[in-house]
Amino acid sequence: MTDDGLLVSARGLRRDYPMAGEIVHAVRGVSLDVRSGEYVAIVGPSGCGKSTLLNMLGAIDAPSSGTLTIAGNRVNGLSDREATLFRLRHIGFVFQRFYLMPVLTAMENVELPMAEAGLEKAARRSRARELLTYVGLGERFRHRPTELSGGEQQRVAIARALANKPELLLADEPTGELDARTGAEVIGLFDRLNRDGTTLIVVTHDEELASAARRVVHMRDGVIVDEQHR
Amino acid sequence: MILTLARASLVRHRARTLLAILGVAVSAAMLLDMVMLATGMRVSFGSLLLSQGFQIRLAPKGTLPFDTDATIPDASHVVRTLMARPDVVAVSPVLGAQLHVEHGATSVSAAALGTIAAVQGDYKLLTGHAPTRDDEIVANDALLTALGANVGDTLRVAAGFDPQLRTFTGQRTLRAVGRVHFIYLAAGERALAMPLESLQAIEGASRTDRASLFMVRLRAGANVESARSAIEQTVHTVSAISTETAIQQVEQRLSYFRQLAFILGSVSLAVGFLLVTTLVTVSVNERLGEFAVLRAIGVRRTRILEQIMLEGAVIMIVGAVAGLGLGLVTARYLNSILAAFPGLPEAISFFLFQPRDAWLSLGLLALCGILAGIYPAWRGASLPIGPTLREEAVA
Repeated sequence: MTDDGLLVSARGLRRDYPMAGEIVHAVRGVSLDVRSGEYVAIVGPSGCGKSTLLNMLGAIDAPSSGTLTIAGNRVNGLSDREATLFRLRHIGFVFQRFYLMPVLTAMENVELPMAEAGLEKAARRSRARELLTYVGLGERFRHRPTELSGGEQQRVAIARALANKPELLLADEPTGELDARTGAEVIGLFDRLNRDGTTLIVVTHDEELASAARRVVHMRDGVIVDEQHR
Repeated sequence: MILTLARASLVRHRARTLLAILGVAVSAAMLLDMVMLATGMRVSFGSLLLSQGFQIRLAPKGTLPFDTDATIPDASHVVRTLMARPDVVAVSPVLGAQLHVEHGATSVSAAALGTIAAVQGDYKLLTGHAPTRDDEIVANDALLTALGANVGDTLRVAAGFDPQLRTFTGQRTLRAVGRVHFIYLAAGERALAMPLESLQAIEGASRTDRASLFMVRLRAGANVESARSAIEQTVHTVSAISTETAIQQVEQRLSYFRQLAFILGSVSLAVGFLLVTTLVTVSVNERLGEFAVLRAIGVRRTRILEQIMLEGAVIMIVGAVAGLGLGLVTARYLNSILAAFPGLPEAISFFLFQPRDAWLSLGLLALCGILAGIYPAWRGASLPIGPTLREEAVA
């Protein structure tokens, strides 16, 4: 984070990739600043480039051109190893389909990023318990994903995303697989997370989730076309 | 955590993992058996030849011991000549023949060995005493059983049958004074032994002072090869064969066993390798999304590689350990079948277990397990994260 509180600074981000013999321009020169503590929703029609943008913000995908700085780190141009380490230390991911490890318990799923970061077992157990309690799953530590509802799985995924205390939490359609009630629970959880200081960027089609964000960025055809602050 | 993930991934598809382990176990069993077969004959044949402490065997010139009916003349002179050498401590002349043996109304044919009891190395006495008088013999269980005879019984033996006179030739009445186990004979082969001179007399003028074979025991520390060479130069009627040479000749004759063992062993390894590669690849393909997520949350590429290769190695190693047990059981069974080969000494083991073989098999299989995991591990670890997650979401 810079002195002026700027956490994310994207300038002229482009992402082009070949598909069926043609070049697809998924993101075409996006510039975006996000300050620490902000809650940003990126909305737009399917195929407008919002997930591609999110992947670039999370160092999952490298921009074809442009510059991206997150938490003071120049992200574009990182090697695979550096990008992996960057994701581990600075970014938390929440996916539409939860993507928990089915063979691990809720506790072990949350422990996974901490184990990778080299945290000792006792410390990561304690933090995993704390996080699962925070997301309302204090009694479900030992359950495997198949023994949890969709909403519960997404809450475990959120706890996992928070494991290494990331500066930025990215969520791609986090309520996309949930019914209205459990989706509302996740929206409430995001709201609480943001009030507790977590910076959030969510990509969504869900109007309720978008309306919960303090700032809504509209994309169309790979560019930002509108922005609303609340 | 990677260990937990690898273990849990294997346990998640129990039936598949178990089948893979069983497949590897069968492959490992075959590999162990082939490694045992490749060395078993040579080692057990060597041990057998050396078991009685004779390092050199003398056969009629140009032949192998008991390979032909040819005999060596002037046996007593050969013994004296050999015993005159300072590096020789014992010489055991042996005459082989086929005799008709009668007890009551029962008549059978049997192999007969004429030896000198004090220096012989052809049999081990089980009961009774060694034959030293010219009317004494010792016999093995196969012969005594076939005749319905016991130690102490009187037997009639004959060297041959004259069809013109319709009578047996070289007939003698002998007494069984001991029960013995013949070291170099095949299981179930009926045999007896008697003093060398008795058998020479029974066989008639053509076998007077002749021997089929001499076994020579050298002084400790003597140079076997130079003694062998010197004996051959001194006694012109014999071919001298050291145990080492005999083993080499047996190896040459049975080289197809080794080739077969090598080919089948290689096939076993290849089958195990392909089995593990296929199963781990299938397993990885089912979990592409999981690996992409692990990468997305910051898990290093090397960890994914480690996890997948560990899964392959675990299947291979557990299968290999199970296969070693299975291999020993099948080797014992196959040995019992092959031991019934006519003419093969009972003591010869085709499949001889040596710890070195087990370690070699385990090492080869572990190496294969690691190699088998390389392709699926590389595939799992080198996925592009974004596109893989997109494809998984669409699927």
